[in-house]
Parts: sequence; C-alpha cells; structure tokens
Amino acid sequence: MSTSSETKPLRPAQETGLLSWLGTTDHKRIGVMYFFTTLVFFALGGAESGLLRAQLAQAEQNLLTEEIYNQVFTMHGITMVFLVIMPLSAAFFNYLIPLMIGARDVAFPRLNAFSYWVYLFGGIFLYSSFLLGGAPNGSWVGYAPLASDSVSNMGFYAIGLQILGISSLAAAVNFIVTILNMRAPGMTFMRMPVFVWMALVTNFLLLFAIPVIAVALFMLQFDTLFGAQFFQPGSGGDPILYQHLFWLFGHPEVYIMILPAMGIVSEILPVASKKPLFGYAAVVFAGAAIGFIGFGVWAHHMFTSAIGPVARSAFALSTMFIAVPTGIKIFNWVFTMWGGKLKFTTPMLFSIGFVSMFTIGGLSGVTHAIVPHNAQQHDTYYVVAHFHYVLFGGALFGLIAGIYFWFPKVTGKMMSEKLGKLHFWTWLLGFNLTFGPMHMSGLLGQPRRTAVLPGELGSTVELYNLLSTAGVVVLTGSALVFLYNLLHSIKRGEESGLDPWDARTLEWLTASPPKHHNFDKIPTVTHRDEFWHRKYAEDESGMPISVPAGASEDHDGEDDPDEHIHMPDNSLWPFIMCIAFLPFGYGLVFLNPWLFGLGVLWMVVGYFGWIVEPLAEGDDDDVPDDVHDRPTVGATTH
Amino acid sequence: MEDTEADASQGHHPTPREYVNIAIMLAILTALEVSTYFVDFGRIAIPLLIILMTIKFIMVASFFMHLKFDSKLFGRMLYGGLILALGLYAVTLIILFFERAPSA
Amino acid sequence: MAADVQATTLGLDHRKLAMWTFLGSEFLFFGAFVSAYLLYITTTAGGPGVEIFDIPFTSISSFVLLMSSLTMVLAHNAHAHGDLRRMRLWILATAGQGAVFLGGQVYEFTTFYNEGLNMTQSPFASSFFVLTGFHGLHVFVGILMLLSLYALSLTGKVKANQDVKTEMIGLYWHFVDIIWVVIFTVVYLIPEIAVL
Repeated sequence: MSTSSETKPLRPAQETGLLSWLGTTDHKRIGVMYFFTTLVFFALGGAESGLLRAQLAQAEQNLLTEEIYNQVFTMHGITMVFLVIMPLSAAFFNYLIPLMIGARDVAFPRLNAFSYWVYLFGGIFLYSSFLLGGAPNGSWVGYAPLASDSVSNMGFYAIGLQILGISSLAAAVNFIVTILNMRAPGMTFMRMPVFVWMALVTNFLLLFAIPVIAVALFMLQFDTLFGAQFFQPGSGGDPILYQHLFWLFGHPEVYIMILPAMGIVSEILPVASKKPLFGYAAVVFAGAAIGFIGFGVWAHHMFTSAIGPVARSAFALSTMFIAVPTGIKIFNWVFTMWGGKLKFTTPMLFSIGFVSMFTIGGLSGVTHAIVPHNAQQHDTYYVVAHFHYVLFGGALFGLIAGIYFWFPKVTGKMMSEKLGKLHFWTWLLGFNLTFGPMHMSGLLGQPRRTAVLPGELGSTVELYNLLSTAGVVVLTGSALVFLYNLLHSIKRGEESGLDPWDARTLEWLTASPPKHHNFDKIPTVTHRDEFWHRKYAEDESGMPISVPAGASEDHDGEDDPDEHIHMPDNSLWPFIMCIAFLPFGYGLVFLNPWLFGLGVLWMVVGYFGWIVEPLAEGDDDDVPDDVHDRPTVGATTH
Repeated sequence: MEDTEADASQGHHPTPREYVNIAIMLAILTALEVSTYFVDFGRIAIPLLIILMTIKFIMVASFFMHLKFDSKLFGRMLYGGLILALGLYAVTLIILFFERAPSA
Repeated sequence: MAADVQATTLGLDHRKLAMWTFLGSEFLFFGAFVSAYLLYITTTAGGPGVEIFDIPFTSISSFVLLMSSLTMVLAHNAHAHGDLRRMRLWILATAGQGAVFLGGQVYEFTTFYNEGLNMTQSPFASSFFVLTGFHGLHVFVGILMLLSLYALSLTGKVKANQDVKTEMIGLYWHFVDIIWVVIFTVVYLIPEIAVL
C-alpha cells in the first residue's frame, strides 16, 4: 500500500456493516449476495407454484381468478428462469471462477458489483408490478400480439427483462475476460476445471443471446407502449418474427441454465468417486458443442407455428443431433463413477440425482424433436413435465449439489449430512411426485396455462393433478429442511477444515473462508486437478498414494507471500448508479417523461461518479479496471 | 505496464498520412456507392453495393480499429459475432419469407 | 484490480478484450433490427415506403460519420505519441462530426414525420425508425464518452501514457461507424434500387 493513500481522498473502505456490503467489489461477497437474493426469489417463485398447484388440485376449482392465475404462472416462470436459476449460476461464477483459476478477483470488480445491483433492482422492479396495477400475465415467453395488448400488462415484462439482460451481459463480458485473461501461471485451457469451462461457454452464450432478446423486448416495448407496429397483424406485422427472436434467445437460454449445473456436477463426481473425470476433453468439447449447436435449434419451439415443412425437418434433425453431445456427457459422468470409491455424501447424492433426472428430461426432450409427436404435445402438461425435469431435476439439483459442496469453502463449516440426506430424499420424492404425473396428464390432453382444470378430462387426469399438488407439499417441507440446515450450519456447523472432501481443484488450496485476496501467493499450475497432484503421487501401478506428510499441506506460501497485493477498492457508485433503473423503468412503463428523465440523469451522474472516482492506491496508470461503462439501455452496456 | 504487446506492434501502426490515405479511399468508395443512385448500373448494382460495403467494412476494421496489427483474438471476437449474426438471421429471414403469415 | 503488474494470461489489456467481446455481441443486436427492416421493407400499410428516403442528404451525413472515424484514429495516434493537446483537438472534432450526424438524423426524422411517415404507421416505419434510432442512440453514447474523455484529459485523470482509454472509445466509435456503413447500404441504397 502506498503511503500517499492516506492523504488522497479514499474510496469507501469499511470492512463490516451495511456500507461494506453496498460498496463491496469483492467477488466472494458479491457471490454471497447473489446467493441470498436468489433464495428470496426462490421462495417467492415457490409460493407462486404453490398457488398454481392449489388451484389445480381439483377440477373446476376457483381459488384464484383467471386474471390472478395468469399473473402468477407468468411470474413463476420469469422468477425461476431469470431471478433464480440464472443468478444462482452467477453466484457460483462469482465465487468460484477467480478461486478456481487462481486469480484474486474478476477483471472488472466494479462492473461485477454493477451486475449484481442491476439484477437486484430489476427483480424488485418486476415484483413491484403486483402493487402497481398487476403483474405481467402473458407468460414468460410474452408472445406478441397478445403481449403487446394492454390487458396483458407486459410493459413490466419487456422493461424488467431488459434490465436483467443488462446485468447478464455485463457479467458475461466480465467473466469472459476474467477466464481468458486472468488464469494463474500454467493454467492452460486444458487444465482448467470443467466448471470454469462450462462457465466460459455459458457466458459466451449469454453474450450472443442477450442482444437478441434485447431486440425482441425493445420491439415488444415499442409496440406495447408507443404504438409501433412490429407484431401487429392488422398493419401487416408478423407475430412469428417475435417467436423467432424470442427463441433465438430462448433456446441458448436453456443451455445457459443447464451448463453451469453440468460444470458443478463434473467437479463433484470425480471428488466423490476419488477418480479423475472420465474423458475430460470429451466433456469439455461436448459442452462447447452444446453451446454451439444450441444456437441452431430454436425453431423446434415453433413446430406448430407457420414455419413450413422444410424448416420443421431441418430443426427436427438438429434437435436430435444436440442429444449426442449431451449423451456423451452423461456417459462420461457414469464412467467417472464406474469403479470409483464412491462416497455418498449429500453433494454426491444430488449429483447422481442430477444425472438421472436430467436424463429423463433429456429423453422426453428428444420426443419433442419428432414433429408429429410435438404437435400432439404442444402446450400440454407433457411439455411442463419435460422442462421441469431439465431445469428442476437438472439445473436445480446440480446447483443444490454445488451449495452443499462449496458451503465449507464459503463458511469454513459443514452443513449437516443427516439433514442434507433428508433434504435429498424428500426433494427427489417431492420432485418426481410433482412432475412425473404431468407427463401422463399432458399426454391425456391437459393444456398448459389454463386457470381451471376442465372436468371433462376425466378422473384419471384429476388424480394426476392431485398427486402433483401433493408433491408440492412434500417439496415445501423439504425446502424448509434445507433452509433450516443452511441457516443453522452457518451459525453452528461443524468446522470443516481446509479440505473436507479430499478435493481436486485450486479453490481448496487456500483458507476457508478464503482471505480477501484469495491467495497469499498465486499458485503455479502444473497439472489438471492441480490440488490433487499436490496431495498425491502415483505408484508404479498408477494408484494414488499420499505425498509424505507436510508436503501435502500445501496451504500455501504463508512464508513467502507475494509482495504487493493490490486489491480493488470498494466503491458505492455501482449501487448508486443502479438505483437509477427504478425511476428509469417506471418512467417507461407509465410513460412519465419526468421519471424517465430522472432515471437517465441519475445514470449519467452515476457514470461520471464512477469514472472520476479516485483510486485509494493512487496509482491510476496501471489499473485497468477503469472501464468506461456506458449507462444506456438494452444491450449497449457492457 | 501490461501493454507490451501494443508497444511491440506500435512500430507497425500506420502514420497519420496513411490514415488520411485510407480515409480518402473510403471517401472514393462512398462516392461510388452513392453514384448507383444517380446512374443506372443495371443488374450489377446490388452486388456492387454489397462488395463496396464489405470493402469499407474491412478497411475500417483492419486499419482504424487496428485489427490488422493487433491480437488475432480480437478479430475472432468481431468476425465470430458477425458470422453468427449473419447465419442466424439469414435462416430466420428465409423461413419468414417462405412461410409468411397471411398478411392483412 | 490486477494492479499487480503481473502480465495477463493472453498479454492483452483487459479493457480492450472486454470491448472487443462486447462489440462482437452487438452484431446480434443490430442484425435483428436489420432483419426486421428487411422483412417489412414493403409492408407499408398504405403509407410512404422507401421512396421517401433522401439519398443525397443521407449520403452527406454518412460521409460525415465516416470521416469522424479518421479524426478518431488521429486522436488515438496523437495520444499514443503522448500529445494530449492534439488528442483533445481531434476528440472534439470527432464529437462535433458525431453531433452533425445526429443533427442530420433529427432533421431526417422530422422531415419524414412531416411527409406522413411516423413510427406507429406501419411495420416498415416502426422498423426503420427503431433501427436508425438505436444507431443514433449509440452515436449519442459515443459523443458522451468522447466528451468525458476530453474533460478527464483536462483534469489529469486521463494521462498522456493512458492511450488505451482513447483506443477503447475509438474502437466503440469505429464500430458504430461500420454499423452505419452497413445500414447505409442495406437500409438506404439497395432498397432504392431493388424495391423501386
């Protein structure tokens, strides 16, 4: 630290208290904030699903009005996709990427804080719609022209998602630069942990998919609020254009949600099996291939729209093709476990749950690729069952596995294994009870997005719906067990020690919880699974043997820390600037030029505050975090 | 500082005079483009315009944005995004043109 | 961060890498608007179509924007040689040309409006105004950045050895320019020939 910093105007430097959180630029703290915010939204989204299932518990029930039902299912979808699964993945990206690649923070710490605050205020903005004339009710896909009709209240949708998109795009640029440019010495691409690989692919998907949805939402917003004619058939506009733009984003979005969970599972399975990941290169390339092909299958969501037989055939083929890299991954996970010394810890159970439930969801996905089959299933509960198996049984199981696995890293304590196992088994039961029967009720003709379960579908369908509702009750209890376990373990969990799982990757090389600067000395990487290789050598037959005591405790370089560790300064500007999104958004939704102007002005002021902010280090020249963020709408902020 | 790469390539950067020459060429190409509006080029007008546009695009990217002298990765980012966009939107437009919803 | 002078993995500046990453994604953004425009090019709902364009006028404003790329690159060149005074001059020239371009766009929109083309009239009108409007917004943001660069170089926050800052804003500016190169041809010139 330079001594001149005492005389210069410092940036906020609190280490505890509210201001330390509002102004933090520490990737670990931002990751933790992401995590707790997603818990809140998960509770909200879960409560909404409870309402939906209560309504559908019996045929011809009217607990909710149609209007409320539409708002609730729309917000349930938006919440789970944009406010839970994506930001929960972002929580893992934030916390783990720098630790796993041996860096001290992300490339643009203030931009990182910006991403979080935009996400938080975007979520608040969306949820405030309940109090301001009703939530969006045109489903999470927001098809025009229904969505551009004023009855469907989709102004909040168009602008709220736009705000969340800014958050994701800024984060994507940040993580891509971090992964490409901040790896520890020796950390070549093929030595990166699979989770980092999947994070890289995911963020490239975000980078290229977010601008497309930004355009779709801008068009929708202009149609809804300013009377533009993009999707108005009356003047020759083509609603199918909206579907194309939405799904050009929407299908990569599916992989944006699932790839991080795949990365997490690819980290946990080898640890719990005491074996290296089977076919590392295949898993990595399959992930990249999924990302790439994921851009070429969007029209399979539109098989029942006017796209023509040639497009249907082509997209049916490409959709079946994407099952190949996914299948490669599943085989690799299974062969990782094959012959390993399996330890059925809670993260391992959730990982196995991920592999099996995701496989079911993947297989029902392949049935959608078959066009005639698709026409039968379209907009039935069969589709609901499918994507819940992929996103709940897949993404969420994987992410929960990650929570159990890295909880000791974040807190230095263990979560209770007993409660964890109770959580897993009830979760698995509740999940299958909820969504398994939907396959059947869907094939028997129960339509999605319909407020009242029609009695004419018969008693079988009613039974399936009752089972689904019972499943939600089980899931709720299970979630409470998890919540208790989490909060209790934060306070009173057993000490975990430095390496509770006998792990393989760099993040376990440092203290738990990690110091502010992560590593006293940036490690030099010589192997894939570097930490493992520091603990174990191989005997002649290739079996791992412990390195003699002392050498294995490579935790690390305390006696020889790096000399000048420059950490990013705290800054309140990202927080201050992001508040502007509220007046900005309300100004647009309610067509109030004063609020809108206030929002823009606030952003510009925030932008100047951001760029003229002094650095406590006082050494402006060499600090490359002074990225000029442009406070604009839509996809133009990086 | 970390700009060793940029410093190393500094010698290859064009001089102001070269920049002006490039701008003059861009101006001539633009004049040629605009002339298609006044003079009837017949069937070659549209291919000509597309070729001119591509040349201008590449000239600005290569020289003014220094792609020619900078890391190849930057070019891959730019042209990767461009090719992805061209591919996706070409397919979308083809589907839309051949299966347009009946218009009012 | 990374103030530790340790070299980056790829030997590239974070900020430049971030800017290029971002610019790559911008093609998807403008590409979607251009696609909508091409789809709706004849969908005028009885209102004015592409014949309303004033090609000579647009040619001039396109030319101004193209030349602003020259002054931008000269600004970076001056900064790279540590000549902040000349850099500021070229920055102002660039921002000024950007402002001329924007003024031209405002004039163009007003004229079209008076001639009966407004955004709510037809899908063609919506896609034209929103596409070129978002490009104009990009130019506006670019001008804001140029002006802040100018101001910060006066206050000493942007120093003579920090030409990466000018270079980054330059990259953005040139990108907005090449997008206009495409728009000028695809939105204005080719439809004049193909549709009329």
